[in-house]
Amino acid sequence: MKLVTSPNLANADGVYEKLIALHHGLDEEESMRVNARLILLLINHIGDADIVSEAIRHAGLGTQQN
Amino acid sequence: MGSMNPVNWRERVPVWKAIEASPLPAGAPSEKAKIVIVGTGLVGLAQAIDLGQRGHDVVVLGRFDFIPLGSKAICFSKRSLDILDRLGVGEQSVERGVVWNVGKVFWKEERAPVYQFDMLPVKNQKMPGFINIQQYYLEEMLIARAMELPNVDIRWGHDVTAIDPGEGSVGVEVASAAGGYHIDAEWLIACDGNKSTIRELMGLDFEGRVFEDNFLIADVKMKGERPSERWFWFDPPFNPGKSVLLHKQPDDVWRIDFQLGWNIDREACIRPENVDPLIRAMLGQDVEYEQEWYSVYTFQCRRMARFVHGRVLFAGDSAHLVSPFGARGCNGGFADIDNLGWKLDLILRGEADASLLESYNEEAIATADENILNSTRSTDFITPKSKISTIFRDAVLELSGEVPFAQGLVNSGRLSTAVSYSGSALNTPDGEDWQGKGIAPGSPALDAPLDEGWLLERLGGRFVLLTNGDPGFAVPGVETIDLSSISNAARALERHDLTPGAAILIRPDHYVAARWKSPTAAAVAGALARAKGALPS
Ligand SMILES: Cc1cc2nc3c(=O)[nH]c(=O)nc-3n(C[C@H](O)[C@H](O)[C@H](O)COP(=O)(O)OP(=O)(O)OC[C@H]3O[C@@H](n4cnc5c(N)ncnc54)[C@H](O)[C@@H]3O)c2cc1C
Repeated sequence: MKLVTSPNLANADGVYEKLIALHHGLDEEESMRVNARLILLLINHIGDADIVSEAIRHAGLGTQQN
Repeated sequence: MGSMNPVNWRERVPVWKAIEASPLPAGAPSEKAKIVIVGTGLVGLAQAIDLGQRGHDVVVLGRFDFIPLGSKAICFSKRSLDILDRLGVGEQSVERGVVWNVGKVFWKEERAPVYQFDMLPVKNQKMPGFINIQQYYLEEMLIARAMELPNVDIRWGHDVTAIDPGEGSVGVEVASAAGGYHIDAEWLIACDGNKSTIRELMGLDFEGRVFEDNFLIADVKMKGERPSERWFWFDPPFNPGKSVLLHKQPDDVWRIDFQLGWNIDREACIRPENVDPLIRAMLGQDVEYEQEWYSVYTFQCRRMARFVHGRVLFAGDSAHLVSPFGARGCNGGFADIDNLGWKLDLILRGEADASLLESYNEEAIATADENILNSTRSTDFITPKSKISTIFRDAVLELSGEVPFAQGLVNSGRLSTAVSYSGSALNTPDGEDWQGKGIAPGSPALDAPLDEGWLLERLGGRFVLLTNGDPGFAVPGVETIDLSSISNAARALERHDLTPGAAILIRPDHYVAARWKSPTAAAVAGALARAKGALPS
């Protein structure tokens, strides 16, 4: 397991606040668009297919396909 | 005996050029043949030339007595051109075709491309990254080349109606206007296209995925000063929410490929009065053009579980089908025949065991799988299957105008290049550390200029040991080419990382089989045996 799952972010509350603020006033479609952009930017920054794959797998837990 | 009343295909398939139907062969009603190829499409013709050039008697059976009009395939890759060059029609094809290397991708009404690629990143090679040429021109050239070979016997209007695959030979029933007859073939190569009669007669599988979308091909003739590049639009104003692809062909013919969607009237959409508004919206209301060929297609990605079934071997669309994005269909078929030809040649000469065909099965399936994987991914990007998939696709396109990394995700078709067989049993793994340089076993040699001509021309279609310096030994069955004795070989040496004393063993299909910093006769002989299918000792 390469994906970091223990606390790893300083000022986590502040970052979370920014994430929610990003979507303020957006309709669902706009929010999906912005989320997609965010995910793509972060994936490229992580730059490690194994880590991204683990995150994808974990994100899918609890959905019908997983 | 085959039926006496075969189908009149000229009534069913539009004809580009009629060819006189062939009479009954001298051996009728029953003859023997070493190799029977079924199909006179590009793949069957190329296979016939390959085996014919290697000196074998080849019978080619084609149900059509004509070259069909519909030009399906137009884009031919550098790898295919290298193969066609070996078959004697490479230079002609490039001369007749439209050469292109650059592809541009546009989004919405933006004038500047969001992404651009080059299909020939390594320059100074004989062949360009791609050419576009109408399929019928290429078929015509291959037919002319095949007819120069007296041992290739093409039979036009001869339709295979039944086969009987046996241990020692394959029984083939043939119908023709002149009558039916039987052939007892040692080997049968089924190049009979995606609806393969041979596959169906043998009850073999063809599994895969069908895509629910329709595409319109409008081949139109018009004068116009556009660069010979591949232009692709996502969601342009002239086809909102869908894609359009533009390709230049010889004779001022342009191929425009419009995505149409799933629930459409397939008959109506190719009527000129319905195609016209699409063309005018794209190229301007006053554009002058003539209709060349309109057709609508859907596509599938499928392949057989195995391509080798005893003495029956499958190649081309009979064995695998891909979506057209990436031009991997016929280019994949040429890869098949290039791989199969030399192996069957060695078997027929008694220099290799028939088990060598297992490597054709593995390598051609590796190629088909890579082609299917890439064309499926392209298709999912071009025609997203869900709302969220569309959102991600559009986010990639939007970001590609803002940050460089996103351009690499723009997928309008990953165009066909040679596939590597890195896991092939025929490869001898490196014994030394090549530090990621040169060409590793399982990948094709890279072309480079030599004093006169080009490296790939020199390689021809046999086993070659390419060296930098006299190795001091010769291995039977391998021709040594010492690049240090050829002037202007610096690029060839560098591209293969041939330091003084080093050598690479290259297969007849130009794939690298093995390489050494300091080769020995025993090592080369061992690698040769392995590349011919012997188990490593
Ligand atoms: C719209 C479109 C665009 C494409 N563009 C490209 C492209 O740009 N580049 C590319 O590489 N690929 C492209 N392809 C794919 C390409 O057209 C095919 O991969 C290629 O034509 C396959 O050649 P083939 O010889 O295997 O089969 P085919 O061309 O189908 O030939 C089969 C032959 O077998 C004969 N035959 C069939 N049954 C019998 C029988 N029982 N007896 C005797 N003869 C028989 C037929 O008459 C025919 O001559 C495209 C496909 C489509 C649909």
